[in-house]
Amino acid sequence: MFYIHCPYCDEHREEEEFHAKGQAHIARPLDPDACTDEEWGNFLYFRANPRGIHHELWVHAAGCRKFFNITRDTQTYAILETYRLGEQPSVTSQS
Amino acid sequence: MQKYSGFGLLKHALSHHENWQRVWRNPKPKKHYDVIIVGGGGHGLATAYYLAKVHKVTNVAVIEKGYLGGGNTARNTTIVRSNYLWDEAAFLYEHAMKLWEGLAQDLNYNLMFSQRGVLNLGHTLQDMRDIERRVNANRLNGIDSVALDTAGVQKIVPIMDCTSRARYPILGASWQPRAGVARHDAVAWGFARAADALGVDLIQQCEVDDILMQNGNAVGVNTKQYGEIHADRIGCVVAGNSGVVAKMAGFELPVESHPLQALVSEPIRPILDTVVMSNQVHGYISQSDKGDLVIGAGIDGYNGYGQRGSYPTIEHTLQAIVEMFPIFSRVRMNRQWGGIVDTTPDACPIISDTPIGNLFFNCGWGTGGFKATPGSGHVFAETLAKGEANALAKPFSMFRFHNGALVDEHGAAGVAH
Repeated sequence: MFYIHCPYCDEHREEEEFHAKGQAHIARPLDPDACTDEEWGNFLYFRANPRGIHHELWVHAAGCRKFFNITRDTQTYAILETYRLGEQPSVTSQS
Repeated sequence: MQKYSGFGLLKHALSHHENWQRVWRNPKPKKHYDVIIVGGGGHGLATAYYLAKVHKVTNVAVIEKGYLGGGNTARNTTIVRSNYLWDEAAFLYEHAMKLWEGLAQDLNYNLMFSQRGVLNLGHTLQDMRDIERRVNANRLNGIDSVALDTAGVQKIVPIMDCTSRARYPILGASWQPRAGVARHDAVAWGFARAADALGVDLIQQCEVDDILMQNGNAVGVNTKQYGEIHADRIGCVVAGNSGVVAKMAGFELPVESHPLQALVSEPIRPILDTVVMSNQVHGYISQSDKGDLVIGAGIDGYNGYGQRGSYPTIEHTLQAIVEMFPIFSRVRMNRQWGGIVDTTPDACPIISDTPIGNLFFNCGWGTGGFKATPGSGHVFAETLAKGEANALAKPFSMFRFHNGALVDEHGAAGVAH
């Protein structure tokens, strides 16, 4: 069971209040009309799937209902940090 | 290979069952193979078996980092069915179903394949419309499928709460009589034994940590235990770790790995002689020959490689089961575990060539790979033998996520996701 810190509520809450929404930091193509099929396919369907440190988008569905990001280890399931949308992670697989 | 038979059992009884032949060899890998299959689960072993049997390619190695059939093959809920909506998926799973029907004889191994039927319940009017549509699509494709009303369901499963008092009343179901269950371990062992007898090297406890490349082509694998092993073609059948292996070769796959869990109860007397699945309340259940209730759950929403699931999912699933079967409310659960499933955006597998020459992937089976084990191996063996996809496998190329020709089974079939 995850015990997740919501960066907006600034409180730890249980996993059931939250929903995972997949990979974080996916940017919509700036010029969609100029995209090739490959670029569109990558944007729509190809997601990072690391065995290790992963940045994910979550939503505090049964709480403040705001979206935020989690840096989590997909192997140990340790939550390394949570941070607001628009912010950058301080823990990455490089660091 | 020693042939298994009733007479053999009697004969070995005379020597206290101490002289049975080893089920497979434990060879050291050679320096070069025609085909290397990475991953010794059901699908990988089936691929090796059909390569050797159908295509006469016997210089084959199956490389497994743990032990044979120790991943998702050992962790699923053993359900076999083929009532998928879209033609491409229906043909593939029905191909597997036809192979299942003669498989125990073919492998000379008791797979405990039991065609006890599968019910996919409908709880809402929209469920029932979808069931009608899917049943009709199945019948057009030659797959046995029947739409039942509440009374029809109650007749098949008398212990289920089919009254209108239920929170999510059961309005009907689709029923596939030829569907059923098989003993999951036996499937891996049966394929392994038969493949080994045809000359395939099964190499266990040997972890691939790199794909060897030359001019954009894969030429072999590097293993932690035995160093480099070369091959003309490489097939990767590594389920949840597909993304990790693809990364070794330098490309991405459109798969995400999620934990999917199952649990079994204490053994009880025979009470449920079919398989019941419900998408709406999200749980599925059958009873094993040993007597335990085998219960399946949904995937956890987040990515994970931890081979364990979250408690809210267990709770949710058991709520659904008890809702359908109030009689099970005091059955105690014995064990719970998770497997790592590689899910694709359209909930259909990837059986495909890759941007790398001579490297092929069979993955993305998501939550429903077990039922396809023989079919998956059969079509992937042809892909590996000929270097191009078999007609059944062609729609499942990984490049469909670039050209848009998805096979959108997600939610459309009676798939429990």
